[in-house]
Amino acid sequence: MSTGILGYVTIFVLAVFVGYEVVSKVPSILHTPLMSGSNAIHGIILVGTMIVLGNAHGPAQDALGFVAVLLATLNVVGGFVVTDRMLEMFKARPGGARAARPSAGSTGGDVSAGGAGDSGAGGGAGA
Amino acid sequence: MSRGTATDLVYLIAIVGFILALKGLSSPRRARIGNLAGAAGMLLAVAWTFSLPGVYAHEHNLLLMIIAIVAGVAIGIPAARLVKMTAMPQMVAIFNGVGGGAAALVSITEFLAIGGKSIAVYKIFEVLFGVLVGSVSFAGSAIAFAKLQELMTGRPITYPAQQPVNALVGAGILAIAIATLVTASTPLLVALLVLSLVLGVIFVLPIGGADVPVLISLLNSFTGLAVAASGFTLNSDLLIVAGTLVGASGMLLTRMMSQAMGRSLPNILFSAFGSVVTASGGESLGDRSVRSGTSDDIGVLLAYARKVAIVPGYGLAVAQAQHTARELAEALAARGVEVYYAIHPVAGRMPGHMNVLLAEANVPYDQLLEMDEANPQMATTDVALVVGANDVVNPAAKTTPGSPIYGMPIINADQAGNVVFLKRSMRPGFAGIDNELLYDPKTTLLFGDAKDSLTKLVAAVGSA
Repeated sequence: MSTGILGYVTIFVLAVFVGYEVVSKVPSILHTPLMSGSNAIHGIILVGTMIVLGNAHGPAQDALGFVAVLLATLNVVGGFVVTDRMLEMFKARPGGARAARPSAGSTGGDVSAGGAGDSGAGGGAGA
Repeated sequence: MSRGTATDLVYLIAIVGFILALKGLSSPRRARIGNLAGAAGMLLAVAWTFSLPGVYAHEHNLLLMIIAIVAGVAIGIPAARLVKMTAMPQMVAIFNGVGGGAAALVSITEFLAIGGKSIAVYKIFEVLFGVLVGSVSFAGSAIAFAKLQELMTGRPITYPAQQPVNALVGAGILAIAIATLVTASTPLLVALLVLSLVLGVIFVLPIGGADVPVLISLLNSFTGLAVAASGFTLNSDLLIVAGTLVGASGMLLTRMMSQAMGRSLPNILFSAFGSVVTASGGESLGDRSVRSGTSDDIGVLLAYARKVAIVPGYGLAVAQAQHTARELAEALAARGVEVYYAIHPVAGRMPGHMNVLLAEANVPYDQLLEMDEANPQMATTDVALVVGANDVVNPAAKTTPGSPIYGMPIINADQAGNVVFLKRSMRPGFAGIDNELLYDPKTTLLFGDAKDSLTKLVAAVGSA
């Protein structure tokens, strides 16, 4: 890669601002799912552990790399599955509370259809 | 398009997925789809990494990689699927801790791989940061798990000379870090790893059970930063951006969570809660009497009320009583009593925990009122039924400036006509503070497990 250390620092600083802005308004009921969801995202360390294990030399590095990949995989799958389970609980929200609105008939239909599709996709992403 | 460009592009798509995930998780409507966008980004990034030409040097490394990933999936999915909803906070702590551990291991292994004195000083700095922060997150999460799982006491743990010991460990880490920067010595790095683990433990020990969720959020943010540090070490834009996103958003989330509790982050982290409490609680409230009632008395009170507020807390979650609470609400509704649930933002052990549990028990969403919606209704409510909650209805938060929870917004159960507490014992809540409301003449207590008590109340309401 051509980017030098300053390039990486630039990316880092910009990412700080994006990270801060993107969650600036969260209702308190979503604090736990958001924590769990961002927990899954730092599971991206899995890509780093793969690179490290792939290029490991000797038993010590092999062992460290192996444990690292295992832990990172746990972080990724556990993080996304737990978050999805939490959010599953919220799926009745739009249909339930706002069903009184005249236009809610079609909206409710969309939501439940989306919900069914979601659980299928969730299984796919997990595997 | 060259392979390198294609990789950058795929990783960029993954990063967009992560940003959409964080954005989506900020609103109930798009939360689930957001999480799936993040998962899709992750799957894409990992799958593409397999196809990179330089990803493995030897066949056996690829084999190890596949075994580790398969094992991780085989353990992780059942663990995450089978865990009870009440144990979710612990699970988040564990999955966060292993991420921090992985980041620390990446930094160490890469240090060993580059090896020797040829390594640039700024590279060593990145490694040190990754090892330090990743290990603190790993060890801290382990202790947080033990506290929430009740493998150890949830009370703040304090010991003599705590501050000097902490300062000593901190100074030791600083000294070793500087020495490692100069010498690039592997034994010193191992010493730093060990001391960082110790720091993680002693950092978390004095934090009380009620504050552990905020702590987990902070450690989550730390893991993000450790991942970003690994990204610097490995020259990976993907890790830097994803780790930093989590680090920054996690820091903000931690602040929002402590604000919801009406406290500052330093106050949560560094004031050993329990010691203050016993001092202020002991003198004012001696052997004052409380009134306890039978389930039949309370059943009648509820059955002939016009409006009942159920205020759930962690005791309800731990007794798995959310379904029984719904049965009681339905029994009351069948008699024409208006029932609603008043949910404190930090009721339970994590913000939003109570909403998730009650939704699991199929409680209609329109009966769940957030604190700001519920409080104006309290004055016209006949009975506030407090199930396994304590601190979130403690008037000391409004009236006693010296109290550790002073300033925390509470559910105004004290404004209801009658207050009924379902409690296991007279033991104070997590914060360890006595609750004036328990001694109020309009308060009745029913001792026992929340689920048993609710079951009795359902029967009592039925025969009333």
